[in-house]
Amino acid sequence: MIEFNKVSKNFGATRALDQFSLVIREGLVYGLIGPNGAGKTTAMSILATLQLPDAGTVTVDGLDVVREAGEVRGRIGYMPDFFGVYDDLRAAEYLEFFAAAYQIPAGQRPQLAAGLLELVDLPDKAGVYVDSLSRGMKQRLALARCLVHDPKVLILDEPASGLDPRARAEMKEIIRYLKQMDKTVLISSHILPELAEICDEVAIMDKGKLVACGTVAEITAVSRGARQIRIEVLDRADELAAYLATRPGVSDSHADGPSVQFIFSGEQAEQAELLQAIITAGWPVVEFGEVKRNLEEAFMAVTGEEVAIDDGN
Amino acid sequence: MTEINPVLLKELRQRFRSKKASWLLALYLLVIGAFVLGFTYLNWRNAPGFYQPYRSREIFIFLSVAQLFLLAFVTPGLTAGVISGERERQTLNVLLTTRLTAWQIIWSKMVSSSAFVVLLVAATLPLYSIVFLYGGVSPGQVIGVFGFYLVTMFLFGCIGMACSSFFKRTGVSTVTAYGLTFALSAGTALLSVFLIELDRSHRMGTSARGLPLTPDFATGVAQFLQETNPIYVLMEILGEHGIEKGFNFGLPYWGVYTAVYLVAGALLLYWSARLLSPRRNKL
Repeated sequence: MIEFNKVSKNFGATRALDQFSLVIREGLVYGLIGPNGAGKTTAMSILATLQLPDAGTVTVDGLDVVREAGEVRGRIGYMPDFFGVYDDLRAAEYLEFFAAAYQIPAGQRPQLAAGLLELVDLPDKAGVYVDSLSRGMKQRLALARCLVHDPKVLILDEPASGLDPRARAEMKEIIRYLKQMDKTVLISSHILPELAEICDEVAIMDKGKLVACGTVAEITAVSRGARQIRIEVLDRADELAAYLATRPGVSDSHADGPSVQFIFSGEQAEQAELLQAIITAGWPVVEFGEVKRNLEEAFMAVTGEEVAIDDGN
Repeated sequence: MTEINPVLLKELRQRFRSKKASWLLALYLLVIGAFVLGFTYLNWRNAPGFYQPYRSREIFIFLSVAQLFLLAFVTPGLTAGVISGERERQTLNVLLTTRLTAWQIIWSKMVSSSAFVVLLVAATLPLYSIVFLYGGVSPGQVIGVFGFYLVTMFLFGCIGMACSSFFKRTGVSTVTAYGLTFALSAGTALLSVFLIELDRSHRMGTSARGLPLTPDFATGVAQFLQETNPIYVLMEILGEHGIEKGFNFGLPYWGVYTAVYLVAGALLLYWSARLLSPRRNKL
């Protein structure tokens, strides 16, 4: 459905996208993750026909976003990270205006606007001036605006940004509903636990390049080159931590109460050998297992740098 | 049936239902009306009991020039914020991802702004009728003046549109649009006077050095500047002849004015639309 093929884009001396390639299949909710300046917004802007790539091609439903921009616009709904609304327009008028801009026949617009307001849970706000709505309501109205022409693809740049937890939960519900409607949704967010919850697949970007992509499980697996292992023993946890520090492939070994945590770099067979060695040495092992990484930790491991992550609360 | 452009409809709706529009119209009529009625009152005070037609003509000239200055003040002010305002409100990108083309957006904004200026001018017609009542002015002159206003406001509006598309900030755009309008209104007049004086002193042999241009060319340039200067052209329409006549451009002065203003305005609108379209950097 969406294909970026070796796309590059410069802004002066800054390279926003560098040979960026990505394929997104139809009907997926696809997350785009990356630190600030990774190129997410640039990639989305090019997809939304607002910027031209300096090199490479981008297609939506087989249509080139540069040569067939008009056709592409009919297939996409775009919600930028920062957007405004018109003063002096009521919510229903706002949607009807965009319906007209997408050449929806005049007779269908009032019903369409009412249906979309219902969808985003704003049915009683049809006659209210848009600038008097709360941020969460404006965000939902903007999402409704993206849907006026029933696009196949939705491009949502930080849709949950600045929303309170309740509004974010409502936004998530709407995105889930869009998935049920077979929409392909490309969504960027810095609230990674939320993306992990709603996305079928994610791509991690850094410095304009694609670092990793796949399902959340695959991404966390990719980042597992060095695994974090936790062992719980009945006693002598401190001695075990010291013993592990002498073993090959083990680093950052430390005791935490009755358990020991360490980073292990090695194959699964070597991991099994290590467990065997610990038991043979006489430690009464209660639990031995890998500490599951979440998307946030995987993201940090893959991009190899600390980034400010909102915990979503 | 062809449907009205949605941006135009929205702009008209937003512009005409705002209180600001009513206040601006009232203020405009108040200023123009104060000129006319004040001038008429002073004439009556000086010579009560009768009214000279040439006085009516003076008021007509006064009213027409005052209206030109107000148009030069209002028109760029109305258009200089239409695109930069969309950028500042962060609504432009969303608009550009719809099926509307950049040209449709520019044209609709221009028409909606012009519609308001036309309303301002049309609302002053009753004031003109007061002047017309006492004679001294021909219907052709009144029609000519209103045609002149339409052409002038088109270019003034296009200057504002181009500035609004080029500059990101409405403040910068507005100041630049006023500067360019001033340069067009006063700068061309001053330059033409300067060229004519230089040429005259050269012909009379009073200048130490001759012009780097041939005298005919200098006169032609000066005449062209006058024929594209709104103040000179308005005075010519009003019968106060001031434009040089030595050069023949193949069109009457009002033809040169109309052609230059319409073509320049169309080019500025085209450029404005180009500025809205996405651009590619060369690698």
